[in-house]
Amino acid sequence: MRVQSIAYAPHGPWRLLESAAAWLLAILWLLPLLYAIWSAFHPAEYSARFVPLAPVTLDNFARALSAAPFARYFLNTFALVTLILSCQLVLCTLAAYAFARFEFAGRELAFALVLVQLMIMPDVLIVENYRTMTRLGIVDSIPAIALPYIASAFGVFLLRQTFKTVPRELDEAARVEGAGALQVLWRVYVPLGRPVYIAYALVSVSYHWNNFLWPLIVTNSVEARPLTVGLQVFASTDQGVDWSVICAATLMTSAPLLLAFLLFQRQFVQSFMRAGIR
Amino acid sequence: MTRRGIDAVHGWLLLLPAMALLALFTHWPALATFLDSFWSTPRPRRPALFVGLGNYKSMLADAVFWQSVVNNLWFALGTIPLSIALALLMALWVNDRIAGRAAVRMAYFTPTVLPMIAVANIWLFFYTPQYGLLDQVLSLFGARAHNWLGTPETALVCVIAVTIWKEAGFFMIFYLAALQQISPVLGEAAALEGASRLTFFRRVQFPLLMPTTLFVLVNAVINAFRTVDHIIVMTRGGPDNATTLLLYYVYEVGFKYWDSTYAAALTMVLLALLATAALTQYLVLERRIHYR
Repeated sequence: MRVQSIAYAPHGPWRLLESAAAWLLAILWLLPLLYAIWSAFHPAEYSARFVPLAPVTLDNFARALSAAPFARYFLNTFALVTLILSCQLVLCTLAAYAFARFEFAGRELAFALVLVQLMIMPDVLIVENYRTMTRLGIVDSIPAIALPYIASAFGVFLLRQTFKTVPRELDEAARVEGAGALQVLWRVYVPLGRPVYIAYALVSVSYHWNNFLWPLIVTNSVEARPLTVGLQVFASTDQGVDWSVICAATLMTSAPLLLAFLLFQRQFVQSFMRAGIR
Repeated sequence: MTRRGIDAVHGWLLLLPAMALLALFTHWPALATFLDSFWSTPRPRRPALFVGLGNYKSMLADAVFWQSVVNNLWFALGTIPLSIALALLMALWVNDRIAGRAAVRMAYFTPTVLPMIAVANIWLFFYTPQYGLLDQVLSLFGARAHNWLGTPETALVCVIAVTIWKEAGFFMIFYLAALQQISPVLGEAAALEGASRLTFFRRVQFPLLMPTTLFVLVNAVINAFRTVDHIIVMTRGGPDNATTLLLYYVYEVGFKYWDSTYAAALTMVLLALLATAALTQYLVLERRIHYR
């Protein structure tokens, strides 16, 4: 990372003060997570008593796992994000290729129609989309959760920008060698777009791993529920579930993304940035 | 066929799958929402009737609707400036050479990758009367136990705090990227002129960050109207509708009272608000305000 404005880098006591403030805020920011970790690994009676030598236990995880079908929820979420991402990649790549490199009547209008989705997000159209799913007879299934998100305007936009930066000469060269439109896409454009694909994939997976409202509405059985909805059903039942168990379940739900984030921090931050700035 | 003709056929074929799904799950539902808002909700022994502006009229007379709009505006006003200011502060800190800045940056960004629904459950415990962390800390200073989420006066503030915590780190990375693009020469020049650090920030850094601020602002506005996960987990709109946001009210009307056409009318208000935000982005952001 480049260091800039060295002239204004804090010195001496200022540097100490600034570091202290930044660290204080950082600890405050991590507090909820640290608390969840503390509570999940200690017996319930320590969930609000912070004794350094409190016994460590995995009991809360075992109880959470036996109280709700989290394994199934994991499987559902995994199937969901895989389905969404793979369909998004195919559909958005094809559409972005058309917008970036084909001249045809109605292209600008079609592109405007795609961009409409940036404004009218599926998150808001819950009532009508639920009716559509009812008519299609697929309420309470994983495809029903996935369908509204598959044609992603954001993905089309991002890839179109990327494809536009590919030199025409590469395209022409491949065509001279006799490659068809799809072969050119596959051999020239897709490999060159790799960093953007990774960025988009990270953002898409974390968005849909965490998505809640639409899955909550459109599912009502263990077979279709993703983790987020499963966690909510589990945490809101009034069967006297204690905090330690809820914290254990919460940690389990977030663990895969959190671990991925800790391992690939740089890629995550850069992906969110790339995806956001567009 | 001519080259142009082939291009057109190929182009539309490539577009077809994405356009079909967009039409089915974005364009059609948006249009249907508009059309449905002029009808009454069909009930078992009462088919849908054309009621014109009936739904909108009852909306204007609906106290809960007005409260959800007011709540949403307070929610936006509470979350947006604070999370943007914090994001900027975080970015400035992390951009300076403070000790362990990689770890600090990670700490700030972590809430972004956690599911809202999961962290809302943890915050729920923080706010629990007596046993919750907040009350325990406050009791050290002699404060009495307080039902934070159960009191109309404090519930919305608590929800706002969670949202700021979740969003600030996300906005930080955009500021950080922008700060790193400011040429170091500017800093050196300003230092030679004897400008204080505050002046350097006010006169150089902040104006150069303007496009980022606008971008973050639009995102924050959109988020303020479409995030309700934490409401569902923490308060369910209560107590006494004190935390009912617009989208949460749509959800309640549509899927608890099953009044789909009234929910459609409410959705139209939400869409109008989002459209305004998007148009602002288009009109202001696309011009790319730069002070060079």
